[in-house]
Amino acid sequence: MANRLRNLFQRLARGRSAVIGVPYLWLLAFFLFPFLIVARISVSEMENVTFKDLVTLKDGLLQLTLKFGGYQFITQDSLYFDTYLRSVKYAAATTLICLGIGYPFAYFMARAKATVQPALLMLVMLPFWTSFLLRVYAWKGLLSEGGWVEELIVGSGLDQLLFAAGLIEAPGRLMNTPFSLVLGMSYTYLPFMILPLYANLAKMDLRLLEAAADLGASAWVGFWTITVPLSKAGIIAGAMLVFIPCIGEFVIPELLGGPRTLMIGRVMWDEFFSNNDWPMAASVAVVMVLLIIVPLAVFNKYQAESQELRK
Amino acid sequence: MNGTVLNRWFGRGWLGAGYVFLYLPIVALVLYSFNDSAIPNVWRGFTLKWYAALPADSELLGGLWLSLKIALMTAFGSVVLGTLAAFTLVKYKRFAGRTLFSGMVSAPLVMPEVVLGLSLLLMLVSVQRAIGFPERGVMTIWLGHMLLGMAYATVVIQARLQDLNPQLEEAAMDLGAKPHQVFTLVTLPMITPSMLSAWLLTFTLSLDDVVLSAFLSGPGATTMPLVIFSRARLGLNPSVNAVATIIVVLVAIGVVAASYWIANAERRRTLEMTAANRA
Repeated sequence: MANRLRNLFQRLARGRSAVIGVPYLWLLAFFLFPFLIVARISVSEMENVTFKDLVTLKDGLLQLTLKFGGYQFITQDSLYFDTYLRSVKYAAATTLICLGIGYPFAYFMARAKATVQPALLMLVMLPFWTSFLLRVYAWKGLLSEGGWVEELIVGSGLDQLLFAAGLIEAPGRLMNTPFSLVLGMSYTYLPFMILPLYANLAKMDLRLLEAAADLGASAWVGFWTITVPLSKAGIIAGAMLVFIPCIGEFVIPELLGGPRTLMIGRVMWDEFFSNNDWPMAASVAVVMVLLIIVPLAVFNKYQAESQELRK
Repeated sequence: MNGTVLNRWFGRGWLGAGYVFLYLPIVALVLYSFNDSAIPNVWRGFTLKWYAALPADSELLGGLWLSLKIALMTAFGSVVLGTLAAFTLVKYKRFAGRTLFSGMVSAPLVMPEVVLGLSLLLMLVSVQRAIGFPERGVMTIWLGHMLLGMAYATVVIQARLQDLNPQLEEAAMDLGAKPHQVFTLVTLPMITPSMLSAWLLTFTLSLDDVVLSAFLSGPGATTMPLVIFSRARLGLNPSVNAVATIIVVLVAIGVVAASYWIANAERRRTLEMTAANRA
C-alpha cells in the first residue's frame, strides 16, 4: 500500500501538467460542469420527464429556445421575493450578533497572556470539530419547554421582552421562532467570526496604542481610533464568513425555525423534492448564487489586499 | 489602576460567558443522554438504558457504518486532491486558466450546500440518462463530500506550503535530487502535519454532512447524519443524545491527540531547523 502510494506520488510529482491537471479536471467535471447544467436547466422547459433541447433544428434553421419562466415567476411571486429578503435579513442579524459577541471575545483573547492563548484558541476550535448537526439539535433541547435556556429566559421574564420585540410568537414559547433561528445560527457561526478577528488582532502592533496614550488619548479613544480601524480586514472577513453561509442555510432553519422563518434554501429544496419542478429549483439556485456574489467579491478583495500587506 | 483591574475582570467575564455559550449545548447533550425519561428535557434520574438500546438500533448503526466508510474515503481522497491543488497554487504561478482554477478551488467553501447538492445531482441525473451510469448511492455521496473536502484540504495545506522555506527544496535540487525525490523527501515530510489536520477536518466534515448526502444518496444509502436529522426533525429523541455523546467523546480524544502530535512534530522540526542553522 505504502509502496503503491509512493509510486502514485512519484508519477504525479514527475510531470507538472499532471499535478495541475488532476485537480483541474476534477473541478471542471464536478464543479463547473454541474453548475453549467443548473444554469441550462433553469432556462429550460419541462417536457414530461426530459428537457426540451435548447437548440433545435426546425425547418432547416437552428432555433434557440430559452425559457425564463422560472426567473419571471421569482420576480412576480411575492413568496420568492419575501423569502430572499427574509434570508438576507436573518443572515444580516446573525452577522451583527456574531460581531457584537465575537469582537470583544477575539479582542480579550488576543490581549490574554501569550502562554494561555493557544489553549484559548483550541477551546474555540474544539466545538467546531464536534458535529454541527448535533450541536444544533442540542439547542432544540435547551430552548424547548423545560430546557435550561428556556427556564432561564422565561424565569427572568426576558420572554416578555422578546415577545414585545416580535421575535417570538407568544411569551414562553421560544422554539420555532425567529429568535431560536437567529440564536442557532449565531451559535453555529460564532467561531467563524472569532477566528479571523483573533488572527488580525493578535498581530497588531501594540506600540501604536502606547504612542496614542503618550499623546494623551484615553484607552477608549485609542481603541476606537486605532484598534478598530486596523482590524477592518478581520471584521470584513469574519462578517462575510458568517453572512454568506447563513443565506443558504438549510439544516438550522429546519431544526430551529418555524413556519414564519421560511428561508431560501428550504424553498429550493421544496421545489426540487416536493414539486419536482427542476427548472424552478435551478432558477432559485442561480438567483441564490447571484445573491452571494456581491459579498463574495468584497471578501475576495479584502483577502487579496491583506495578502499584499503581508508581503 | 482601578480601571485596568476592572478591564481585566470584564475581559475574563466576557471570555468566560463566551465559552459557556459555546459549550453549553454540548454539556446539555451529554448530560441528558443519561436521563431516565422518554422526554429528554425532564430530568428523572440516571440511566444507561439509551446506550444499552443502541446495539439493537440497526438503522442508526447501519448509518454509522456507512458514514464512517464514506468519511474515510473522503478524507484520503480530499487530502490527495487538496495536496495537488495546493501544490499547484503555490508552486506554479503561471499556467493557462490559473484564475479560473483558484476560483474553482475555493468556491465550494462559500457556495451554499443546497446549490452544490442540487447541481451535482442534476449532473449525475443527466449523465445517468446519457450513459446509464452511475446509480445514486455511496459513490455519489463520496463524490459530493470530496468536492467540499478538497476545498478545505487545499486551504489547510496551502497555508503550510506558503510558509515553507524554498531554500530547502532548492538545496535538495542542488544536491542532485530529482523533482519527485524533492517532493517525497523534502516537501512531503514538512507538510505532513498539515496533511494530517486536513485529513481530520475532512473526515469530521464528511461524518457530519446532511445536505449533500440528502441530495446524493440513493435507496439503501442512508448515512448517520441523515438518520439523526430525520429523527431530530420529529422532535427530541434520547437515542440521538446517546449517539451524540459517543461521537463527542471520540472526536474530542481524536482531535486532542492529533493536535498534541502535530504540536510535537512542529517543535521537533523547529529544533532540528535551529540545530541545522547553527551547524
